[in-house]
Amino acid sequence: MRYLMTGNEAVARGVWEAGAEFAAAYPGTPSTEILENISMYNKEDILAEWAPNEKVALESGLGASMAGLRSFVSMKCVGVNASADPWMCMSYSGCNAGMVIAVADEPGQQSSGQTAQDNRTFFKFAKYPFFEPSDSQEAKDMVKEAYRVSEAADTAVAIRLTTRVCHSKTIVELEDRQEYEPRSYVRNPAKYVPVPGHSPALLEKVMSKADRLRQYSERTPFNREEMYDAGIGIICTGVSYCYAKEVFGQSASYLKLGFLNPIPMDKIKTFAQKVDKLYIIEESDPIIEDEVRLAGIECHGKNVLPKHGELLPDVLRVKLLGAILPAADIDRGKIVPRPPMLCAGCPHRGFFYELGKLENVMVSSDIGCYTLAWGEPFNAGDAGICMGSSLSLGHGFQQAMDKKGGGTKVVSVLGDSTFLHTGIQSLMDAVYNNSSTVNVILDNRITAMTGHQENPTTGFTAQGDVAVEVDIPALCRAMGVKNIVTVDPNDLSAVRGALKEALARHGEGPSVIITRWPCALKKFSQADKAEFPNLFTDRYSIDKDACIGCKLCLKVGCPAITFESAIKKAEIGGECKGCSVCGQVCPKKAMVKKEARV
Amino acid sequence: MTKNILLVGVGGQGTITASKLLTLGLLESCYDVKMNEIHGMSQRGGAVSSDVRYNETGAVDSPVISRGDADIVVSFEEMEALRWCDYVKPDGAIIVSTEHIAGLPVMTGRVEYPEGIVDELKKAAKTVLVIDGPAEAKKVGNSRVTNVILLGAIVKYMNLENIDWHKIIRENVKPAFVDLNIEALELGKTLGQKL
Repeated sequence: MRYLMTGNEAVARGVWEAGAEFAAAYPGTPSTEILENISMYNKEDILAEWAPNEKVALESGLGASMAGLRSFVSMKCVGVNASADPWMCMSYSGCNAGMVIAVADEPGQQSSGQTAQDNRTFFKFAKYPFFEPSDSQEAKDMVKEAYRVSEAADTAVAIRLTTRVCHSKTIVELEDRQEYEPRSYVRNPAKYVPVPGHSPALLEKVMSKADRLRQYSERTPFNREEMYDAGIGIICTGVSYCYAKEVFGQSASYLKLGFLNPIPMDKIKTFAQKVDKLYIIEESDPIIEDEVRLAGIECHGKNVLPKHGELLPDVLRVKLLGAILPAADIDRGKIVPRPPMLCAGCPHRGFFYELGKLENVMVSSDIGCYTLAWGEPFNAGDAGICMGSSLSLGHGFQQAMDKKGGGTKVVSVLGDSTFLHTGIQSLMDAVYNNSSTVNVILDNRITAMTGHQENPTTGFTAQGDVAVEVDIPALCRAMGVKNIVTVDPNDLSAVRGALKEALARHGEGPSVIITRWPCALKKFSQADKAEFPNLFTDRYSIDKDACIGCKLCLKVGCPAITFESAIKKAEIGGECKGCSVCGQVCPKKAMVKKEARV
Repeated sequence: MTKNILLVGVGGQGTITASKLLTLGLLESCYDVKMNEIHGMSQRGGAVSSDVRYNETGAVDSPVISRGDADIVVSFEEMEALRWCDYVKPDGAIIVSTEHIAGLPVMTGRVEYPEGIVDELKKAAKTVLVIDGPAEAKKVGNSRVTNVILLGAIVKYMNLENIDWHKIIRENVKPAFVDLNIEALELGKTLGQKL
């Protein structure tokens, strides 16, 4: 039976078919759906867990492998940075039962941003063999093969995905789950405790593994030649193979590399001898190209192709053929950009509306939906470097600003999930070093931006079990924060008051404001319905007689509100969730409650 | 030969659902099908695009449609049609639903929603079909089925009537909405005759 699956669905299926029994991840575009799909399998087959961050996920994955079950971990590109510590040491220790780690990079940075880092460079640095699939069928096949390689070579194996592989649907043939005999746990500190007495020997083992993996790389069918016209030879990997074939078809020959590190240099040399002109088409860093050049083989790659961004067929046509397909030349000047914005009913709206109005405040932001508040109409976000960075970056900024007598005050903001990811230590730092920052935890009861994943504050696990909830105010108190207040972010005067008071306490140690209201798109739990009265049940419309067309309501940046130029009146559309923020801003109280949703 | 259908719109319009139904139908009759979505922040008012590529007898290579290579561009929103209209083959077709969804720069009053879009589209493709999607959807009784009306128009234009779309709808739509969606599909097929 043929199914259309995204690369992410296919990876999840491959993990299940390989008989793996433990999986952990922290959500991150474009990797999130991998663990979401694994979590749909029966717990008796495989335990799927959301971890608070990628480092924790990776370490628990290694623990499961040590105990003797095949394990799996997935993360987005920058998740590798957050988990670099275990990555580096785990290549020395190796594993017990097979361990596979999927990493989803984002050349072109379509949906998530942050960095376009090529983690293949990291895998080489950290000494991991890795596979790079071109489509969903390969993603599934490579995951299963990676478990075999992992156990044969005693190392975790990486699967390098990119956005187009993760999110494209291609045809997959399904197979049954493999019977798999768990391994036994044998205590072996010389393998898992990298003290100086053990580490050099472990490193020596890593080097000898590389020799064996080099032989594997030469013989695996995942590194394969496709000979057609020998005038042009193309070495390619991942989705670049699909793009190259789209453009060149049978007018070129291909060496498609699916297993890298070590790369199959003998195969490459043989291929290079067969073709007249050799191109290397790989997105992001010249990983293959550098090695091929070092081996003294003449080739073209980054000298003719862009050094970053996607190598889509359109790009290859222009750069390698000097041609484009005939297409309309339209006036793009009329096209208005459509940046993402906070949804109707978003509980961040009220808070950022008030925050954006404050003067002489530096807003240290973080990674989440609320990052969007950096721009119009809120203009509340001066920085947002990486997960959990807001509170510590804000702390350093405030210390320096206070030292030089600058007068600017810091309000640091981050979401519940980001706070748990790596924000906790930053708040601890602010308390310990007697910071004067105002620290805001935007608790919308879910990990929202990646599409609503449970986390340790939501009361449920990835597979739907009831879980103990982290008590954020109690956690802050335990770390030594004295001033903690929880507000409803839809209540503008409460938000205004909380910010004013916290900023006035400058010099009294860090304060914490917790905004608590669920994401409007969340599937509400019984606890949500009990805690939050009239949860998004109201709807508003505009009293056209009262509206004076002042456009103040547009300043809350709500997708439900439009302005009808013809009659110079605001209008509220069907997307309204009844948060009432626009009504609190309106000087004429023109927003009227429409009807209660049944 | 690989055929290309590009569906574009704004998050929440049902673009992804329409392309899912489309690919499930194509899967039953084609040798190869690929679909690519850009939907990272689509819930938050961003632009959504979905590339559907299929080949009845051979393999599809790239999952992404090239500029100037779409047999048909189907836009669920008027300005999005303008954003993507140069992806259509010069002898191809554009279907545009005239619904307007103001993006942030329009809402905040910084720029006006552009005018004269359909004239611009006519320069890009030989055939342009303008549909008031929500108004057509109201004819079958539910404004949320614009996407399936547009699917019907695609089926007609791309000669895909050999596929049992009623079965695809029955198998993939909640039972209470099956009849409504079948009606929407048939209405779309009728509208598609104008292409």
